[in-house]
Amino acid sequence: MGEHHGPAKGITRWLYTTNHKDIGSMYLWFSFAMFLLGGMFALVIRAELFQPGLQLVDPGFFNQMTTMHGLVMVFGAVMPAFVGLANWLIPMMVGAPDMALPRMNNWSFWILPFAFAMMVATLFMDGGGPNFGWTFYAPLSTTYAPPSVTFFIFAVHIMGASSIMGAINIIATILNMRAPGMTLMKMPLFVWTWLITAYLLIAVMPVLAGVVTMMLFDIHFGTAFFDARGGGDPVLFQHIFWFFGHPEVYIMILPAFGIVSAIIPTFARKPLFGYASMVYATASIAILSFIVWAHHMFTVGIPVAGELFFMYATMLIAVPTGVKVFNWITTMFRGSITFETPMLFSIAFVILFTIGGLSGLMLAIAPADFQYHDTYFVVAHFHYVLVPGAIFSIFAAVYYWLPKWCGHYVDEALGKTHFWLSFIGLNITFFPMHFVGLAGMPRRIPDYALQFADFNQISTIGAFIFGFSQVFFLFVVVKTIRNGKKATAKVWDSAEGLEWTVDSPAPYHTFTTPPKV
Amino acid sequence: MSDKQNKQIQRQVAKLSIVVVAMFAFVFVVMVPLYNLFCEVTGLNGKTGGPYQAEQVVVDESRTIRVQMISMNNEEMPWQFGPEVTEVFVHPGEQVQVNYLATNPTGKEMVAQAVPSVLPFRASSYFHKTECFCFNQQTLAAGESIEMPLVFIVDPEVPDNVSTITLSYTIFDVSPARASVGAK
Repeated sequence: MGEHHGPAKGITRWLYTTNHKDIGSMYLWFSFAMFLLGGMFALVIRAELFQPGLQLVDPGFFNQMTTMHGLVMVFGAVMPAFVGLANWLIPMMVGAPDMALPRMNNWSFWILPFAFAMMVATLFMDGGGPNFGWTFYAPLSTTYAPPSVTFFIFAVHIMGASSIMGAINIIATILNMRAPGMTLMKMPLFVWTWLITAYLLIAVMPVLAGVVTMMLFDIHFGTAFFDARGGGDPVLFQHIFWFFGHPEVYIMILPAFGIVSAIIPTFARKPLFGYASMVYATASIAILSFIVWAHHMFTVGIPVAGELFFMYATMLIAVPTGVKVFNWITTMFRGSITFETPMLFSIAFVILFTIGGLSGLMLAIAPADFQYHDTYFVVAHFHYVLVPGAIFSIFAAVYYWLPKWCGHYVDEALGKTHFWLSFIGLNITFFPMHFVGLAGMPRRIPDYALQFADFNQISTIGAFIFGFSQVFFLFVVVKTIRNGKKATAKVWDSAEGLEWTVDSPAPYHTFTTPPKV
Repeated sequence: MSDKQNKQIQRQVAKLSIVVVAMFAFVFVVMVPLYNLFCEVTGLNGKTGGPYQAEQVVVDESRTIRVQMISMNNEEMPWQFGPEVTEVFVHPGEQVQVNYLATNPTGKEMVAQAVPSVLPFRASSYFHKTECFCFNQQTLAAGESIEMPLVFIVDPEVPDNVSTITLSYTIFDVSPARASVGAK
């Protein structure tokens, strides 16, 4: 390794960079832009649902909004944010100078903006953008799809390629670049959860690529994978999609487990309870995620034996997840806890993610699911695991590591304001959805029966509170980057890990000589 | 980075890339055939098998099974299509012929494909067709009508708790002008 040098100047720094910190920052900014875009789509949905009847948008556009909201949030906001955190943190946490494959790292980021530009551009094309829901079930996405579906398919291919390259890079880094003495069972949990997540990505992103390729062939090349007229079967689509889709939901939550497992011990001032059980629980969840996919499709007509198998297998996931929740609680038990912003987000994560997990258990009960299927109860469930789950963990991570990244402490008053606005906003938005869902309000419909009006108005008000508090978050982050109290190297009193041994802000190159562990 | 470490990383990337390619292929060469096999074995979605070679079996006179025949037109398929009779009573093992009628009322030649489905699912692997119009596409000229035979046998092994079998045909328009979607 040659002499140390700083980043290049100007735009080429970002275009040509192979530095894991630069690429991590770009991933995070990209993800935040997508988060705001997906949020605007959500606000269109909520504004339309403020009153029964059709007010603001026509139903076709409403369908495009629900679809694009899901796609942008899942593939544009949550996944790139975790990859960004992985880029910033994994090399510093394992004592490596950079990612194992820095040039591929650059490429896997820079194809993403093109993928999303293409996907969002479909909204302006003839016939509109994707309107078949983020799960793009055939034949809605094949026989009945708008012509722009081909651009959607290629966008999915590109973002899949990006994720696969990111995952390969992360595995190669973790398995080959650890500092001497950093054994696997000494790795921080964030590294562990990302290692397992990366394997999930490698296993299922090709399946997603496969299923969209089959769509492409059905639409343009005369095959009939999903078309009964040619001997195919639309239910096959659902099986393949959810074989990807269920591991995908763990891809969006396992790194979150790693983040709160780093933050809670710091602010409880106790080591994490049950480190090894956390590792095994994460691995168990990942393995189980491959045998539960059909719980998304209990109502398609599965034999009773199948319903029972998928029901019990799904409930089994509550066991390792429960291990994790109890470990976090036990870590906090009798700790001397302080409630800085990252800790607030982490505690909210534990509580609200558990609520989301419990509604998941309700949905896992196959006979009951016939009532809940495709209602707002499902919407409430997955927003409770994704918003205070994935998104809150990302907020927590930003507040926790931002002083390390930019060298300034976050103004706690501002951070806490953001937390409380988000916390209150999200509960007002999503909690009433449980009620309208149980009462039978179907999802993805722009109009609804009169009796759901009150709860929907409450949800919409909450959504606007939550949405605008994210603009406030942008302000907090920009303000912190520009100025603020100078952060120490250690940042937090009882933070553990190699990333706290380097200066704040972290130098452009860290661990060019491996640290001693 | 040492050469040794570089080698290790290269080997790792090669291995992972193989997994990626294998998982992509898995969708086409494993998941699709496996799903079709699974449906055939379990009768899931009421899929029935291809042409059946009739064997000499004893007709089980002690049981009578009601076979109902229904038909559906997919989307805007304009043909008049339906069974001659809506139900027949058969003994397991007995070979029975029924007819479906189709008329093309439009002014142009059209091609159709009928796709069968059997309820209850647990009966579908016991419902054998020795001759069926669904094995081929049907072409009708403008205004033409056709009588399409179906010969079937209900297997004597059919579970005791099956007393009614419903056979449903959906007819799809597969005229070359209309669809880019071909037939199997």
